[in-house]
Amino acid sequence: MAETTKTRPKFLDLAVIRLPLPGFVSILHRVSGAGLFLILPFLLCLLQLSLDSRPEAGAAFLALTGNVFVKLLLLGLCWAYLHHFCAGIRFLLLDVHVGIEIDAARRSAKAVMVVSLLLTTFVAAKIFGGI
Amino acid sequence: MNRIVVGAHYGLRDWLAQRVTAVVMALFTVILVGGMIGGATSSLDAWRGFIAQPVIRFCAFLFILSLFYHVWIGIRDIWMDYIKPTGLRLTLHVLTLLALIGQAGWAVQILWRL
Repeated sequence: MAETTKTRPKFLDLAVIRLPLPGFVSILHRVSGAGLFLILPFLLCLLQLSLDSRPEAGAAFLALTGNVFVKLLLLGLCWAYLHHFCAGIRFLLLDVHVGIEIDAARRSAKAVMVVSLLLTTFVAAKIFGGI
Repeated sequence: MNRIVVGAHYGLRDWLAQRVTAVVMALFTVILVGGMIGGATSSLDAWRGFIAQPVIRFCAFLFILSLFYHVWIGIRDIWMDYIKPTGLRLTLHVLTLLALIGQAGWAVQILWRL
């Protein structure tokens, strides 16, 4: 046992280390989840206003979501949700041993980034372009 | 392989719950996007009418329950990974639980008061 505990070089300098793409997708999964958790009270406020049938609630909802900074915030949250969604499906597939080979895992990590960003672009067109 | 299982044995249950709740939320997301394509978000009235449908409200309720259970497991894992002092970690666990239970009640109230 003592022979196996070698003094291997450890390289864990986070500022220098190059994270591979699957690792990047993984940490973004965590960051996006934490961000969505922190903003949850605001989202519940929006849901409450949107479902309240009194006219002043509807007007408040439209005024709030018409604000450009709120739009930007919601766009960021949409990206967080979409990334969490896509990366989550990837993790579910990895759980059932689909695409666990290194090439397939790298490709699916890239697909998560591309698909979630493309969908976010579509949401941006919807929010800002009124498409 | 002969393995000795130690600990409080909630690991597998939570691992599974995290995935089951994820699937429930993913399915509701698909329903929601389908509704949006069908015009459910074309106006606030259309939106309220969409959510007021019994089947949609049933699914939305399951989504909310899944969401809060899922968030609890995820945030607890973050505290467990990064917060080493036991007292601080347990305090954060309790605060997270209280915040989530309160918000879950709020969310259900929003949904059922329609």
